[in-house]
Amino acid sequence: MSHGEESPAVAATARIASEIAAPAAASVDRDARFPKEAFDALREEKLLSALVPERFGGMGASLAEVARMVSLLSRQCASTGMIYAMHQIQVACLVRHGTTPVLEDYLRCEVVARQALLASATTEIGRGGDVRSSTCAVDVEGDHFRLVKQAPVISYGEVADAVLVTARRTPESPPNDQVLVLCRTPSVTLEPRSGWDTLGFRGTCSLGFLLEAAGSVDEILPQPYGDISAQTMLPTSHLLWASVWLGMADEALSRANAFVRSEARKTPDTLPPSAVQLAELAALHHQLAASVELGISRYCSIADDEEELTTMLFALEMNALKVSGSTLVAELVTRALQICGISGYREDSPYSLGRLLRDAYGAALMVSNHRINTNSAHMLLVAGR
Amino acid sequence: MEERIRGVLAQHGRMPVDVAGISDRADLYQAGLTSHASVNVMLALEDEFEIEFPQEMLKKKTFESVSAIRQALSELGATV
Ligand SMILES: Cc1cc2nc3c(=O)[nH]c(=O)nc-3n(C[C@H](O)[C@H](O)[C@H](O)COP(=O)(O)OP(=O)(O)OC[C@H]3O[C@@H](n4cnc5c(N)ncnc54)[C@H](O)[C@@H]3O)c2cc1C
Repeated sequence: MSHGEESPAVAATARIASEIAAPAAASVDRDARFPKEAFDALREEKLLSALVPERFGGMGASLAEVARMVSLLSRQCASTGMIYAMHQIQVACLVRHGTTPVLEDYLRCEVVARQALLASATTEIGRGGDVRSSTCAVDVEGDHFRLVKQAPVISYGEVADAVLVTARRTPESPPNDQVLVLCRTPSVTLEPRSGWDTLGFRGTCSLGFLLEAAGSVDEILPQPYGDISAQTMLPTSHLLWASVWLGMADEALSRANAFVRSEARKTPDTLPPSAVQLAELAALHHQLAASVELGISRYCSIADDEEELTTMLFALEMNALKVSGSTLVAELVTRALQICGISGYREDSPYSLGRLLRDAYGAALMVSNHRINTNSAHMLLVAGR
Repeated sequence: MEERIRGVLAQHGRMPVDVAGISDRADLYQAGLTSHASVNVMLALEDEFEIEFPQEMLKKKTFESVSAIRQALSELGATV
């Protein structure tokens, strides 16, 4: 992913990030509002279907390209980047596992032609962040289904065109026998049950909802959610979330760098003390960048091998990326703040780190690191010896 | 061998159904085997059959049914 030879999609995203997402970022954060102007522009450039293969009319971009696009947006506005990432994760699930004619039509006619925005409801009230079990169930009658879910958080639910929802396969199924269902407007209603006045990622507008949906059984993805999760949802989530954090880290490093440079200009001939802290920060940034790049190349190298994707070793690697990346981004922004001092603490300075710091603390919570480590701890009992 | 596998599943699989009633080819995950419980099943199978699952076998497919487990155990030279 060198910066010199970027694809048209990456170049268009870079322009949208700096010309549209950046100037809107402060108001998106202050008002906890959806970054509409950035998404209008992304739609205009057909970037919501970047990951859709060309045979369905999409761009056929690689995950590496999309990861780069996510980082570029996140550098200017982490909420915009996170929404773009979450949408692409849902698209990746549909592309790989949406193998019914109805779902393929949805990709072609809605995601590509209409640039539909897809949200996700994997968590459920009463189940915490345990996304591999559900309480709600799909109720099938004839060739139609009904589904009701109490969702604690659905990011940008109010403006999404469809939500991919996990639920038990049938009302008789055990909690872990889940399916993934495409619940699309107008046959899905979201009744707000809680607001979104949070520390960070305020522009994701992640309200809680009572979700009620109906539709055709062909809108239920045919594979078990366990397979979809292992092969696509979990790895692409961890990779693209980490790409959000990398974009934020890029910006924190750049602000600290600019601050140290301005200090150095004030005292020519002597190295400002913060310069050494900056070098330490750059090393930490390198760690995050390297682990994101390693994760992406690992995923791409086995993306066509369904069995390899479901190995414990691969799951452990993707979990490690999530836990270490989310920890590193908070550490990085904290250190950048120490370097910039009061200039970073101010909200009205070019070195301001307040919003980045608040956003960074969301990383460890969106699927709690403790839960992810608990999953890894189980696997390590048999794997990795 | 199937009976000993079922014994391990009954004791360590924490499944909401009677393991004796599950057919050899039935999908254990659909029957309620969670990924956490499957780890306990793997450890118990290693003790019961005195084998060790190599890394490349630690994937979903290896443990998806009683017959898949039997197949894996045979490959590792486990005897009845
Ligand atoms: C910005 C943002 C956007 C989000 N968007 C969405 C979305 O669009 N759709 C969606 O479905 N979800 C989304 N989520 C995720 C969701 O909101 C939370 O991950 C989920 O609600 C869990 O919340 P929790 O932290 O209360 O629960 P928990 O995961 O239960 O964690 C709370 C605490 O309990 C501990 N804990 C409890 N039980 C266990 C256990 N068995 N193992 C390990 N630790 C345990 C954890 O360590 C932690 O300290 C989003 C989250 C964020 C931050």
